[in-house]
Amino acid sequence: MTATADIVARCQTLFDDLQFTYAREWKAAVPGRKVVGYMPFYVPRELIHAAGALPLGVLGGGDQLEVIHGDAYYQSYICRIPRSTIELGVTGRLDFVDGMLFPSICDVIRNLSGMWKIMFPKVQSRYFDVPQNYRNDVGGEFYINELNELRQMLAEMTGHEIGDDAIRAAIALYNENRNLVREVYAFRAKRPWKAPSAEVYLLMRAGMTLAVEEHNRLLRDYLTAAAAQERPRLDNTRVVVTGVFCEQPPLNLIKSIELSGCYIVDDDFMLVNRWERSDVPLEGDPIRNLALAYLHDSGDTAAKYEPEQKKKGLYLVEAVKRSGAEGVIFAAPSFCDPALLERPMLQAVLAAHGVPYIAFKYAENSGQMQPIREQAGTFADSIKLWSDR
Amino acid sequence: MSAKPVTEAVKELSMLKQKTMIAGNYELLATARESGRKVVSTFVPGNLNELIMCFDMANNLPEINAIQSGMRKKSGGYIMEAEKRGHSEDVCTYVKTDIGMIAKGNLGPDGRALPDPDLLLLSYTGCFTFMKWFELLRQHYKCETAMLHVPYEGDGHASKNMRDYVVKQIKEEVIPKLERVSGVKFDIDRLRQYLAESAKAEQNFVWVLESAKHKPSPIDAYFGGVYYIGPMFTSFRGTADATEYYRLLRQEIEQRIADRLGPVTPDGEMHEERYRLVVEGPPNWTSFRDFWKMFYDEGAVVVASTYTKVGGIYDLGFRHDPDHPLETLAEYCLGCYTNRNLPARVDLIEKYVNEYEADGLLINSIKSCNSFSAGQLLVLREIERRTGKPAAFIETDLVDPRYFSPANVKNRLESYLQMIEQKRHGAATAA
Repeated sequence: MTATADIVARCQTLFDDLQFTYAREWKAAVPGRKVVGYMPFYVPRELIHAAGALPLGVLGGGDQLEVIHGDAYYQSYICRIPRSTIELGVTGRLDFVDGMLFPSICDVIRNLSGMWKIMFPKVQSRYFDVPQNYRNDVGGEFYINELNELRQMLAEMTGHEIGDDAIRAAIALYNENRNLVREVYAFRAKRPWKAPSAEVYLLMRAGMTLAVEEHNRLLRDYLTAAAAQERPRLDNTRVVVTGVFCEQPPLNLIKSIELSGCYIVDDDFMLVNRWERSDVPLEGDPIRNLALAYLHDSGDTAAKYEPEQKKKGLYLVEAVKRSGAEGVIFAAPSFCDPALLERPMLQAVLAAHGVPYIAFKYAENSGQMQPIREQAGTFADSIKLWSDR
Repeated sequence: MSAKPVTEAVKELSMLKQKTMIAGNYELLATARESGRKVVSTFVPGNLNELIMCFDMANNLPEINAIQSGMRKKSGGYIMEAEKRGHSEDVCTYVKTDIGMIAKGNLGPDGRALPDPDLLLLSYTGCFTFMKWFELLRQHYKCETAMLHVPYEGDGHASKNMRDYVVKQIKEEVIPKLERVSGVKFDIDRLRQYLAESAKAEQNFVWVLESAKHKPSPIDAYFGGVYYIGPMFTSFRGTADATEYYRLLRQEIEQRIADRLGPVTPDGEMHEERYRLVVEGPPNWTSFRDFWKMFYDEGAVVVASTYTKVGGIYDLGFRHDPDHPLETLAEYCLGCYTNRNLPARVDLIEKYVNEYEADGLLINSIKSCNSFSAGQLLVLREIERRTGKPAAFIETDLVDPRYFSPANVKNRLESYLQMIEQKRHGAATAA
């Protein structure tokens, strides 16, 4: 059996590697293979896989990348992920990437899609829109057509048609992946001392790079290894971390939250890993199935419109209940419009449900963790000492 | 020779007309409750004014209220109020001005309270923040909301799928809600009539914008331009008043061209046109006149601007088409400036620099507007590369007075104009 330490070490290597060696080697292994990069928060990776290409999550440069060129493209009041992504591009770290998808998440990533077209004209880049209308005959029809356009783009890139059966096979693999991801989250929520959040984070980040089949194996191995490993149980406060769905915090920030006396029992770090809440059906038209899953059976986040006021923000209350959390930490990247505009609405809902919360901002290259530890530590203590939850 | 204006500003007929129109709309809003008129709040870009008029509803535009607050020096206090209530210092200051204004009694520019909306028409075009803004307002007002998701033109054009999606939403989501809230049945012939009226005004509006191709330009297409877009982009497109406004405006500008006059500024006529600029980005509203003065004091005229395309782009040929009423509304929503991808925006600016024979591009980058601002430094490089004309960058904000630094802006502008001079001198020497 592989020990958690070995699995985590593998994930750490993938995480640290800003040359994306794994993806380069995957591509080089078979002539004609393609790699398609994508940014947060969601793209239908099933279509990329069905095209025979490798989906590669591009989540910025983290705290180890020195951004020199990227800063020349952005004003100081714009978040960090686009500048480090540009840095990855202009320094040749993404020179093996054949296509880039920019999902509909905010104006910055939206505009980055056009910048990519100008700066990297040989890369097939596409702004990937998702519906904000959830009626089958309105938003559903629009989305089916968008998915088919993406299917066509990928077919042209790889040079062969993408058949329905290939999409079904990819859906089956990603269904399995999402089930395993959910299992890891459920395991951590139940026994957080056995699955530290920095480990779970690295495990999920590995899913941004690895082929899905390999990630599935890794998730299975981790579940087995983590269950078998005894670790000390601490009297930590159980928290949900939210607002972290795009620009990622430094790994040290996640560790700092735990070191300050919190167990992270749910989060929204990489929503694409478990966006669909249950299995996407395999029977029938696979494109339609993906579209309907998005409309009616997917997660919630700031980038997605909630048509009903009475349901607004309840997803966070449900996450608190489901994971047995005692409080919520709003961690938002500086200048992140979706997270920061959403925050007061979510805070109002939490207040109405008596859920305590704190908020702070970060950047992917934040270096000073002491204030975070102090704030999170005080929050954890206050819940332990004063909360009646 | 001094470029400073020497004559006093005179209110022209078009100005007086617009003033009356705006006052009329605020009157309509202030008396909506007693008159039983229903109120819809919506956004400027790609708005559906003609459709709203079909339901006899009063149209309230929170962006315009924020601009009004900025120009009346109220927005700073409103923003602080919103931040006190937990809204981040990093986000859109229009949103915070609106929220702060609501917290302080929601008084319109005439000092009377604006009514709570009966419907929030969330036409989500060209700006992601719109969606969050109206979710925030919905949480406050607890009123009905109609969402119109307008897809972004990621490939630089509107596809059939996008158009069909918008038309379907107008049919299935927007019109039924407008009918239900207003109690008025939709009449497509009434819509056609308004659209035909819009097209008449649009014709003259484009003529006005393009008059800046003359030398000297009879208008300032940015600072003056924000007044010219008023009726077109707000609650008046489709009305006879708007048509009359643009007829008057055109007449006045025709006369200015005949008299070889430059733009009218707050300090009177500008006499010497020394620099012709294209400007990208919205203006700063809290120091609008000071900002403008920095330009006309130097003889700098803005001959084309992207901000005057924020509601919709007409100078590429679009006109509202009464023969295809819903399709034309969809096309309008899709085509507004910030809903076009960055390469399309660069193309448009390049066209302006060339066709308006500008000396260069100035970008006014707005701190709290990522829709405009993200990517502007690449726009700057591209325009310089493609046109060979110098470009410059200044940074301000929409309505947050804390982010307008007059000395810095003036310094940057003056340096830029010197750069243009150098370039001219270099070109003359080379010739």
